[in-house]
Amino acid sequence: MPSRHKLYMQIRMLFGRNRAGQRLQDELRFHLDQQMSENIASGMSPKDACKAAMRSFGDPGLVREQVKATWNWYNIDKLGRDLKYGVRTLLRSPGFAVVSVLVMALGIGATTSLFTMVRAVLLRPLPFRDPGRLVMLYEHFRQVKSGDGFNAVAPGDYRDWRSQTHGFEDMAAMRGYGGILSGVHSELPEVVQSAGGSANLFPLLGVTPVYGRVFTEAEDQPKGEPVVLLTWSLFQRRFAGDLSIIGKQIHLDTIPTTVVGVLPSWFTYPDARIEFWMPYAQSFTPQDYGMHDGHQSMVVARLKPGVSVEAATREVSTLQYQIHLANASKPVAEDVWSRPMIDDVVKDVKTPLLVLLCSVVCMLLIACLNVSNLLVARAAARRKEVAIRGALGGSRLALIREQMTESLLICVAGGGLGLLLSLASTRWLAAHWRNLPRVDTVHVDGWVFAFALGLVVATALLAGLVPAISSTGKESLSALRESSRSIGGSGSRARLRQVMLTAEISLTVTLLAAAGLLFHSFVRLRTADVGCRIDHVMTMKFGLPEIQYDTREKVLLFHQSLLERVRRLPGVSGAALVSTAPAAGPQGDRVFTILERPAPSYSIQYVAVTLTADPQYFIVMQIPLLRGRVFTEHERLHNDHYIVVSKQFVNQYLAGDDPIGKHVRIWWDTKVETYEVIGEVGDTLYDVTKPVSATIYFPILSGIPDRTSEATIMVHTSVNPLTISTPVRQQISTLEPELPVYNALTMDQILNKTTASQGFAANLVLAFAGISLLLAGVGLYGVLSYLVTQRSVEIGIRIALGAQRPEVLRVVLVDGLRPVLFGAAAGLAGAAVAGSLIRSMLYGASPYDPLVIAGMVGCLLLTAVVACVVPAWRASRMDPMQALRSE
Amino acid sequence: MGKPSDLVQGTLDLLILKTISLEPKHGWAIAKRIQQISNEVLQVQQGSLYPALHRLEQQGWITAHWAESETGRQAKFYSLTGDGKNQLEKETANWNRLSQAINIVVAEA
Repeated sequence: MPSRHKLYMQIRMLFGRNRAGQRLQDELRFHLDQQMSENIASGMSPKDACKAAMRSFGDPGLVREQVKATWNWYNIDKLGRDLKYGVRTLLRSPGFAVVSVLVMALGIGATTSLFTMVRAVLLRPLPFRDPGRLVMLYEHFRQVKSGDGFNAVAPGDYRDWRSQTHGFEDMAAMRGYGGILSGVHSELPEVVQSAGGSANLFPLLGVTPVYGRVFTEAEDQPKGEPVVLLTWSLFQRRFAGDLSIIGKQIHLDTIPTTVVGVLPSWFTYPDARIEFWMPYAQSFTPQDYGMHDGHQSMVVARLKPGVSVEAATREVSTLQYQIHLANASKPVAEDVWSRPMIDDVVKDVKTPLLVLLCSVVCMLLIACLNVSNLLVARAAARRKEVAIRGALGGSRLALIREQMTESLLICVAGGGLGLLLSLASTRWLAAHWRNLPRVDTVHVDGWVFAFALGLVVATALLAGLVPAISSTGKESLSALRESSRSIGGSGSRARLRQVMLTAEISLTVTLLAAAGLLFHSFVRLRTADVGCRIDHVMTMKFGLPEIQYDTREKVLLFHQSLLERVRRLPGVSGAALVSTAPAAGPQGDRVFTILERPAPSYSIQYVAVTLTADPQYFIVMQIPLLRGRVFTEHERLHNDHYIVVSKQFVNQYLAGDDPIGKHVRIWWDTKVETYEVIGEVGDTLYDVTKPVSATIYFPILSGIPDRTSEATIMVHTSVNPLTISTPVRQQISTLEPELPVYNALTMDQILNKTTASQGFAANLVLAFAGISLLLAGVGLYGVLSYLVTQRSVEIGIRIALGAQRPEVLRVVLVDGLRPVLFGAAAGLAGAAVAGSLIRSMLYGASPYDPLVIAGMVGCLLLTAVVACVVPAWRASRMDPMQALRSE
Repeated sequence: MGKPSDLVQGTLDLLILKTISLEPKHGWAIAKRIQQISNEVLQVQQGSLYPALHRLEQQGWITAHWAESETGRQAKFYSLTGDGKNQLEKETANWNRLSQAINIVVAEA
């Protein structure tokens, strides 16, 4: 423990340094005066006495410094002086300082932001009990080569797995669902997303409701007592957090349902848009609950302690193969695949997030190299000063420290600014990244600050150490020896800068290539031919409640009256009904066989997307009729066994033969029906990021309740399609006042929505690449200008000796472009690596697309040539006399 | 004046502490005192004296106050603190041990 006096001194030295300095001055003065008066007393003249006293005292400045070095806090004092010096040096060239700080702020800010996102989304464990032991189970079809091989699970399979295998502690199932929610008097109807979860789902995850209870096994039956669990957001939004709702009833799809509990606010799995949960089994009819060929569920399982995930999955997979053999004529998968739950949650965003993180790290590196490069240039201008200070005894460490202070200052200022920037940009990213899972956990905390601090230190070292070491080395003394006319004296320094430039260029090429590929793929998506009319089309979805609309006639009546009313609206040039609009996402598919052309092997399944459409749909949407005819008003009610197929259907399953008159047998959930093909139409995409799939259209005028009650009305307008939205809504509510309408979007909006996240990533990476390109250009220009200034004497002599100016231009250009070419070559290797990393983000585009890569490299070369031409041209214009006379 | 003897490393602290143990003194007087007592053998350079005084002060072994000197000017007087007294005892003991050892070696060898 420090003694009382010592503590007192420490405090006094902390706050009274200036006063202490003054007192020291007085103390030393007193000593000198005493010596002087002693000298006078011994008989010297006052002048001699003064001289003698000074001589015996030595250098008062030195003594003062030596004394100060013994004081407490001396190191902080020294740091303060270094900082003051650094700030002064930076302020002497404010342009350089501002640019460097901004560049570092951008780099550090962007990197911190992405780190915050990656940490929250990818690294933080799921908020469930013992999340490391949770895995998701999927079915895997050996024949299906498209997709990632992870297929949704059939309820029958899940139930067999759960009852007959032992590797997992427990398994729970869930499925996405929809529903119309309304009050007990059918008031305030709204269409919301919901989910079905098995009774053991919440206990398995370790989630307890904040109020009420979870489902019981008795409720989790197809005909169980209707109950519902509210999510926190619905509880707050619709019921204003009123606890009295628990135990009361609401209407779900017009069925009176009892509210049994409220889930905690943090529970947003698997999707934050889910508003309520119902028992899993209640989302099926009793027949469907046992089926093995309808795939829609997700299965989460908890590993038993001491059982490996491979062994547990193998056991389930073995069982699944037996189920497959027992249902050989139906689409039942052979295998079961598993993956950790965390991977499952982040599967769609892992690559984009990592790609973005890599690109900002690249950008930060480039920024560091650039600042480093500029510092080397400045150090070169101060070589003589540094050499003289070194020769006079300035320790190398002190000189390095001083130069490091400068880069540290830049990085600290940049880091501080960058942290502010990242606070804003993290919020922006989280808000604008559509469908980002776990986005609610994204926030800035101590770890993020620590990360930013680490970045500041790392960048300061990276940017400052190389120039500081290189400019204070032993050979720095040679600067004193060489005259300003000596040539090539700074060769090693120039080489260092060229190496850094090469690194900078290669990183830029890598980043440019990745950005180019992503952007190319995005543009392809946006310009993809959906196969139908896009402009001036409004779409609106609705679902008729099956309780009221329980017969074909009732559904048909509604559809027909709606079409008649909408077609009469002013500004409407056509209206039609379809189950799901093109490009609006996945829809149901069905297994079928063609009677005239049986499948070559039993295990190959014929699968097609199924849509229902009215006779005018193809005309209104301008989907071309290729063969036969489309539906007429006669294909209605029970006269409904006619279908129209798509071009892809004909190519894939009929090898391009005429489909007209062929018969298709389709498995509905419980029965098989046979249909006659009456026409072939052009392909439409159900998702622009997915390849074309074979499609079957059924007549919507059949009015079959569970197949046609959910429909989208497509309205082609002669006016702005957005203005037609309200009139159409009014027509719908005239026909059925309590029917909610949702997804009112124009075709353009649908396309924007599906390509938004690709565009988001592509635009961000492109922005990073653009900034890097600019930085590389500036760096190149700086280096070459510096080289030209260094070589001005040499160039002057060459010109004086008769070198042609074009020749001078060429020499300097080649000098500047050499690191560019090396860097570009190295960057191509980096681009190959980047290409394989982003492969999964490129929709239908090759990761090695030579055109895109060539274009991007060309872009860089062009920038490089522009950056090099200016100094080269200046060199070739040099007046030899002036160059030789300078200095 | 002859060539000042180099002070054995670390003994300056001991000399200073000993010199001010009787009464508070200012820097010049300390240097003078050491010179007189040692019969002009030990000459303390200002370049070593003041850093040493300030180091001891920072350590809390000596404390300083400004007072009027014999010539009527303000001077900085150093005096021992409680810690300083302990330190002086320790260093004295150390020195005795060391000098005896050196004497033995010089006498016997």
